Amino acid sequence: MRELDYPFDADLLIKRKVKLRKQLLADNGTAFVDKRIAILGGSTTNEIKNMLELFLLNCGIRPSFYESEYNRYYEDGMFDNPLLSEFSPEIIYIHTTSHNIQYWPSPSDTPESIDEKLSSEYSGFADLWDHLAERYKCPIIQNNFELPEYRLLGNQDACMLQGRTNYVTRLNDLVYRYAASHDNFYIHDINYESAAYGLDKWYDPVYWFMYKYAMALNAIPYTSYGVSLIIKSLLGKNKKVLALDLDNTLWGGVIGDDGVENIEIGQETPVAQMYTAFQKYVKDQKQIGTLLTVISKNDEDIARSGFLRPDSWLKTDDFILFKANWEPKDRNLINEADDLGLLPDSFVFVDDNPAEREIVRQSIPNAAVPEITTPEHYIRTLDRSGYFEVTTLSSDDIHRNDMYKANAERKKYKREFTDYRDYLLSLDMKGEILPFSPIYLARIVQLTNKSNQFNLTTRRYTQTEIEQIASSDDHITLYGKLEDRFGDNGVVSVVIGSIKGDSLHIDLWLMSCRVLKRDMEYAMMDELVGACKNKAISSIYGYYYPTPKNSMVKDFYGLQGFDKISEDEDGNSVWRLDISSDRRPKNSVIKVNSIEEE
Amino acid sequence: MTREEVLEKVTEVIQDVFDDDTIVVTDETVASDVKGWDSLMHITLIGTIEDEFDIRFALKDVVEMKNVGHMIDLILSQVN
Repeated sequence: MRELDYPFDADLLIKRKVKLRKQLLADNGTAFVDKRIAILGGSTTNEIKNMLELFLLNCGIRPSFYESEYNRYYEDGMFDNPLLSEFSPEIIYIHTTSHNIQYWPSPSDTPESIDEKLSSEYSGFADLWDHLAERYKCPIIQNNFELPEYRLLGNQDACMLQGRTNYVTRLNDLVYRYAASHDNFYIHDINYESAAYGLDKWYDPVYWFMYKYAMALNAIPYTSYGVSLIIKSLLGKNKKVLALDLDNTLWGGVIGDDGVENIEIGQETPVAQMYTAFQKYVKDQKQIGTLLTVISKNDEDIARSGFLRPDSWLKTDDFILFKANWEPKDRNLINEADDLGLLPDSFVFVDDNPAEREIVRQSIPNAAVPEITTPEHYIRTLDRSGYFEVTTLSSDDIHRNDMYKANAERKKYKREFTDYRDYLLSLDMKGEILPFSPIYLARIVQLTNKSNQFNLTTRRYTQTEIEQIASSDDHITLYGKLEDRFGDNGVVSVVIGSIKGDSLHIDLWLMSCRVLKRDMEYAMMDELVGACKNKAISSIYGYYYPTPKNSMVKDFYGLQGFDKISEDEDGNSVWRLDISSDRRPKNSVIKVNSIEEE
Repeated sequence: MTREEVLEKVTEVIQDVFDDDTIVVTDETVASDVKGWDSLMHITLIGTIEDEFDIRFALKDVVEMKNVGHMIDLILSQVN
């Protein structure tokens, strides 16, 4: 719903909330995800809740709420609370503000007494967080503290320990340290929000003394929006791709008409500098795992020449996909989504032309199409929209661009071949298939816990179990790592077998879908058979246990040359392979465990 | 603005906030006359009136506000 996209009209949202809520709930096209959210408030939270509900409904999350009594956040969270237990929150949001600070410093305090106050203040909160995490085992979202309403010590309030400004800053620092050392604990930054809104407007005495709202009524939508972004991100509803137009979006002017030498980019003019700043912002997005693509109406060669200019901050290889052609833009967007194996909903489409934006909006209602207006507003509009809100930053996020890029290139490359085996051979694949080794244990555990599709038994293992198995003589273990001309896929396959007499029973066989149809499973089996021969094992038993997600491997053992020896009514099947001395390897396209040539 | 114009605009705001076009508002209207007008929605209404007329009520006035007629008096004292 357009009304709820940033930049929204806060007054309008408050005025129309009843109507908007009805409309959102009546939308039959949305398959809502239900979530139970507890709001523990240090001030009135009714409107916070109303606005949060609108923003969440708008992104397909239908919340039900528990609200603590006014200013009972501590008691409600800390002590036995049958109502909250029964509600069983899936997310807890603690809406406290600087109004809830209990031990403000005074000018007569010594540094030591201020330290004590700070420590009491902080430990009250830390105890609450610890307790909530232990008791409810769900993500906790906590406001930090906004700067105080007035400054007794004027400018020096910021640096003197006796100043409230200084106290808030130090308290926030303690809160951030807690956040850095605790999983599932997320800061909602009202300190930044209140500054962006303007502290003089944020602090509204009428709403505080009349209704005990910690901020002005019209500031509330911004606060709720901030919280909704965190929840959205936690539930995996972030956008993934930034699809960018070129002319008057990434540089000033029209490259086809003005010529590459006349577009505005670089440092020569104020306009060129402004576009450069935007290019820098866009390029930085890659570091948080956002994928960049181009969708432009242009001749491809001309479009690419814009990035060949030495003063262009972005280069063509910053983009995973580059669609410069004369097709309709919504079509290009759908094609890009297809190429990346993503839904069009995960795109943010950035274009200065209102007509193009409208076409994409009409055709792909769930893609984000921000009203970026004029170039001086591009950065702020995208940044405040929070499409890519970061809640955690893993190395997978940082390398996501490379991985998708390699996949897109493979796909493109595949079209050049008519024979699939020729394609596989040309990929120049190198496999590393060896018994579990300590450096890969974390990845192995992760794979056993998240692989669902190419997984024969869907057994889950803890790190401790994997460590025991790796060092046991009664098991054969293998991990498979696959690299090719486009990049390294890392560890993608895991096999665990238990030895019983002269036979091996495969407890776990899984592979990441990233490397489907690359013959990696045959390379793994060849190695497993080899390992069995070394241990004088004469037959291998494989087991397939069906789940709603793993039907793709129903006939896996059949394809590997096993004979089915039994199957029960639920579809659980047992297979056997007798290892003969003349079994020939099935993989002929992956070079396994070869020593690097110098 | 005339008193009638203010009443008309206040009526529109009330209809909008409570999402009901059939609400009729007079000087004597009080919160209990309108379905859904509780203390929490009262805050929304005050905030929206302030935005629509581009005014701010004093805290004392909000506390003492009796009915719509009184609200209109307060609005008139600021808009003209």
